[in-house]
Amino acid sequence: MDIIVCIKQIYDLGQIKVDTASKSPITEGVARKISDFDKNALEEAVRIREKHGGTVSALIGGTKEAAKEALAMGADEAVIYSADTDSLGTATILAEIIHKMKYDLILCGEASIDEFSFQIGPRLAQAIGIPVLTYARKIELNDGEIVVERGLENRYELTKAELPALVTVTKEINEPRIPTLLQILGASKKKITEISPPKPEAGIETLSITAIEMNRKEIILKDTEELAKVILSASK
Amino acid sequence: MIFAFSEDIETAFEILAKGREIADALKSELAAISIEGHGKEEICITYGADKVYSIDSGLQADLIVDCISSLINPYKPEILLIGGTRLGKEVAPRIAQKFGVGCASDCIDFSLVRGELIVKRFVLGGRFIATQRFLRKPQIVTVPPRRFEKKLDKDRKGEIIKSSIELVEPKVQILVIKKKTPEALRIEEASIIVSAGRGLKKKEDLKLVESLAKALGGALGCSRSVAADLKWLPEEHWVGLSGHKVKPKLYIAIGISGQVQHIAGIRDSKTILAINNDPNAPIFKACDYGIVGDLYEVVPKLIEILK
Repeated sequence: MDIIVCIKQIYDLGQIKVDTASKSPITEGVARKISDFDKNALEEAVRIREKHGGTVSALIGGTKEAAKEALAMGADEAVIYSADTDSLGTATILAEIIHKMKYDLILCGEASIDEFSFQIGPRLAQAIGIPVLTYARKIELNDGEIVVERGLENRYELTKAELPALVTVTKEINEPRIPTLLQILGASKKKITEISPPKPEAGIETLSITAIEMNRKEIILKDTEELAKVILSASK
Repeated sequence: MIFAFSEDIETAFEILAKGREIADALKSELAAISIEGHGKEEICITYGADKVYSIDSGLQADLIVDCISSLINPYKPEILLIGGTRLGKEVAPRIAQKFGVGCASDCIDFSLVRGELIVKRFVLGGRFIATQRFLRKPQIVTVPPRRFEKKLDKDRKGEIIKSSIELVEPKVQILVIKKKTPEALRIEEASIIVSAGRGLKKKEDLKLVESLAKALGGALGCSRSVAADLKWLPEEHWVGLSGHKVKPKLYIAIGISGQVQHIAGIRDSKTILAINNDPNAPIFKACDYGIVGDLYEVVPKLIEILK
C-alpha cells in the first residue's frame, strides 16, 4: 500500500499580530507548523503502513522544517513545494506532482485550520479522476477496496470505493503521535526532495485581509447577583 | 443566470433569498437546483427561484457533481451558490476544479460592487476577514447554513424542469446510512450555551457546569482541551473554530482562557459572559460581562440565584 499524504504548513495562528494602522495581519517572524488535521492524515497513513506495509510519502506545501516533522512522525520520504496560490492553484500543482508518482491511496486533512475551505481533497480527487471519500472517521482496507465511515451533520455513512482513492480525514479518526527524540534523529537520514513547480492559474484574488474588530463591552462585574441579572436579561 | 443548490432545504431557502437580491441587481434569472423526491420544487419558487431544475442524484456527491455540471454546460451561469453543508462543501470545490475556476468557501457576505461579485470570508483562523473576487466564471460560492434570512413570497410563479441527464454509476457506493439520534447534540442550534474549559479540576466537575446549562435550558459546550486533550466530552460539545462555530444569544464561558480559536468559534454570539479566576485571561477581552473569581464558588451561587 503506497500512500501519499498532502500536508499544508500554516502560520501558528495565535502568534499573528495585527498592524494597528492598516488592521492587516503581520506574519513576519511568525512560527509555522503542520495544520492540525493534516497530522491526523499523516498519522492514519503511518498506521495503515504499519498494518499493511508499503510506503508513506508526504507532499508538503511548506518548508524543510515541516518535512522534518512529517518524517519524524513516520513518513518515509518528503517532497516540499511552495504554494503561494489559491485552492485551484494548489490542487493543480498537487495533481501535477502526483501524476508522476505511484500510489494506492491519497490522504488529506478535511481542511486546513487557517483557511477552513475543505477544498483541496475534493479538488485533487476531481483533478486526477479518482473516487473521493470525505470526512472520514474510520478507514478500513481490504482487497483493493476502501471502506470509510463518514461523519455528516445528521448522519454517518458507511461508504466504499475502489483503490486508488482519496480520503479526507477528520480530527476524530486518531490521535497523532508525538515523535520521540530517536525518531526525530532518525528522520534526518530520510530523503527530502524540493521542487519548484511553475505557478498555476488562480481562481480567486484576495483584495484585502483585515482584522475583525472586537466590539464587546468587557465589563467586569463585582458579584454573582449582577451576573445573574445579566444572564436573565440576555437569555430572554 | 444564477444557480442555487443545497440538499438542506432550509439552507436552500436562505441562499435563494440572497440569490434573489443578486439576480435582481444583475437582471438575471435565479434557478434552484433541487434533488428529486424531496418534493420541495414548488416551495423553492415561493422562496425566490424563477426556475427549478429537479435532479435525480439522491445524496450521492458523485451524481450531484455530474448533474450540476451538466446544467452549467448549457446555461453557463455567472454565479453558483451552494449551501455550505458538509456535502455542499465537497460538491462545490469538485465542480470548481472541473471547470477550472475558484470557489469561495463559507462566505459570510457577498454583494455586487460595480457589477462585480465581491465575497467576504474568515481567514487565518477566523481572526481576519478576507475580501475576495473571482478571476473566472462560474463564480462558485458556498454559504454557511443559518447565515441569511429566507424570504417567502406565496404569489411567485415559476417553472419546474425535470433534468434528463443520464446518470453513470457513482464511484463511491453508500453501504449504510446511520442517522444520528435526534437527541444528538447540535450545538450550533442552541440559543444558550454554557461551556466548560481547563479551569475545571476534574471530569466530575462538568456536572456543575451542566447543571447551570440545565437551569438555563441551554446546551453544554466545552473548549478544545476538554474535548480533544482530556476527552471529557465528545466532539459534539467542542466549541471553537476546529470544533463547532456557534452563535447563541447567550454564551457563558466557564474556566475558559479564551484561545484565538475558541474566540473565533463564538464570535457571532449575541452576549458573551466569562467566569475565570485569572484576570489576565484573554476571554475578558472578548466578553461582554465577566467575573474574576473561582468558578467553584461563582457557579453554585449562580445556580442558586437563578433557581
